Amino acid sequence: MTMSSPPPEESRRGFLLWLTSALGALATLLLAVPFLGYLLGPLKRKAPDWHPLGKVDDFPLDQTKLLTFPNPLRQPWDGKTGMTGVYVRYKGVNKEGKHDFMVLAMNCAHLGCPVTWFPQSGLFLCPCHGGVYYEDGSRASGPPPRGMFHCVWKVDGDTLLVEAPHFPTLQDTLTHPA
Amino acid sequence: MKKLLAWLEHRVGFRDSILPMLMHPIPRGAAGPMGWWYVFGSASMTLLAIQILTGIGLALVYVPSADKAYESLLYLNYEQPMGWFLRALHNTSAGGMVLMVAIHMTQVFLHGSFKYPRELTWILGVCLLFLTLGLAFTGQVLRWDGDAYWGLGVGAAMAGRVPILGPYIVRLLLGGPIIGADTLSRFFALHVFILPGLLLVTLGLHLWVVLRKGISEPPVPGEPVDPTTYDAKYHEELKKGVPFLGDAVVKDGLFSALVVITVVVIAAVFGPKGPGAYPDPTLPGADPKPDWPFLWTYAALTLLPAEVETPLILTAPLVLLVVLFGLPFYANRGERAPSRRPLAVLGVIVLWSLLIVLTLIGIKGPGAPTMDGWSGIPVPVDMVKRSSPVQLAGAAVLQNKQCRNCHALEGKGGIRGPDLTNVGTRLTRDELIRQVIQGGGLMPAYGKQLKPHEVTALVEFLVNCRPAGETPARNPAQPVPTRTTARAEN
Repeated sequence: MTMSSPPPEESRRGFLLWLTSALGALATLLLAVPFLGYLLGPLKRKAPDWHPLGKVDDFPLDQTKLLTFPNPLRQPWDGKTGMTGVYVRYKGVNKEGKHDFMVLAMNCAHLGCPVTWFPQSGLFLCPCHGGVYYEDGSRASGPPPRGMFHCVWKVDGDTLLVEAPHFPTLQDTLTHPA
Repeated sequence: MKKLLAWLEHRVGFRDSILPMLMHPIPRGAAGPMGWWYVFGSASMTLLAIQILTGIGLALVYVPSADKAYESLLYLNYEQPMGWFLRALHNTSAGGMVLMVAIHMTQVFLHGSFKYPRELTWILGVCLLFLTLGLAFTGQVLRWDGDAYWGLGVGAAMAGRVPILGPYIVRLLLGGPIIGADTLSRFFALHVFILPGLLLVTLGLHLWVVLRKGISEPPVPGEPVDPTTYDAKYHEELKKGVPFLGDAVVKDGLFSALVVITVVVIAAVFGPKGPGAYPDPTLPGADPKPDWPFLWTYAALTLLPAEVETPLILTAPLVLLVVLFGLPFYANRGERAPSRRPLAVLGVIVLWSLLIVLTLIGIKGPGAPTMDGWSGIPVPVDMVKRSSPVQLAGAAVLQNKQCRNCHALEGKGGIRGPDLTNVGTRLTRDELIRQVIQGGGLMPAYGKQLKPHEVTALVEFLVNCRPAGETPARNPAQPVPTRTTARAEN
């Protein structure tokens, strides 16, 4: 007994179905890949951007100041939301003879709200859920699981610079970008 | 005219398609007095129609750009004719829709209407609940003020706790490294295109399966659902049924009309919500609060101990999803009447009580510090009358060191910590010193911030914070003070 090949009509249909599936898959892929690339755009990270905070001499020893500045990470149409604030404290000259600073993001380590500095009691208080931090940014009480987020800073000549801070979260702090 | 209708009918086929849907029989019981339980779904849909209408209206004027959104909201409030009303109505009706969907869901749960063969109707309904809440949250973001800005921060920080993927989810949610223009643009797209699109498709499917499987008959105690016999029984019941376009739809219409009138009156009386503080992340002392559908989470996040928070944030939504989606399969058969399902009734009472209590706590402020308590709320005069100079100095320390941000005196001040009006009757001098210096509970340690003489003065003030005639707290191991020593201490 010999296997008869399918009639030409049927094999043509089979081929057409196969071709449609293959071309359809290709078309879907051609559409999906660039679109996915577009959607995942926000994951792209820019090179660190530095912003000058002021002359080293302008920071009195052991005093915490709130400094606000336009975040270099902003969009030109960000308006006020493109502003950011950091708490800066000059800690004097360290053992290696270099200027030592503490630069803290304003965001609470709990859920990101803006903390307020109270010099009288030496505490940072968060208005949202009641997080409290000591003057060195370490956790004092309340719901935060850790201390405040430290920003990356450097002294260039006589100027203090801070690395533009993104919105910090527990697994994406400012010192160890993920 | 008749000819024109016939011409249309020949092409549209209304009598063959839509009309039978409207006239489909429903169980007689659902058209009787019990029918009043069935009005919440259609009321949700009516409010959805208002949302679409007012939403399109607002989109004609609103500017979804971070630097102009706030100004365009002010323009809507004060310049655009009836702009204030559309904003108010959109907000009020949104709240009403959340409420109606929740009540509709509660009714379906209590009457066991999610059981065979309406499992898919329930699941699509759960999806509609989450889409409604999603629309409520994204809508709050479009009111581009301080609450919106920090609400985004809270949402992003929670998402950031997802293991490994957290940071990537945050970036995709915010559309960039910071909360700003990119964030607003994508929440606008979510609120105006993506979520409404999904909602309408899901609603279509929800209604389709409602039509396919029919409206559930009012539950009768002692008549449990048995998947093998239910369909035949229901079919029999429908033979005595009444058309949907009749008594039932009149109840729907009447209730919807009442809901619309209520929503319009509330909107007109209370006006639009916000915008509140300007969305400026550099303004400290912001006091952000979410809209009321999310106040209960806000209260829970404040009250939960830090240790259980992350596990709860990560697992609670998953547990909720599994429970809600699994419910119609777990309880697929059996009694439907609430009188035969005491556990289900208890569950509803517990859940609603929890949500209401947490929401009330959220309204009152769940006890985050009162940021101006120290500068704005003085020590009551009667508490410092006839005080010694040391006690007066202590009262000053209490104010200056921001203690009042968390502690009330005579009911005024923060509620993060206990009211200190009578603290002298609860804590001994030694306990007060220890608490001030080492902190504990929710209280930070003040050891480094207070000089010894400040601690002495503060504790001297606190020991005497007690009603006249009450003896100070004492260590049970110490001998009972005689009357003379107690008076001496006073």
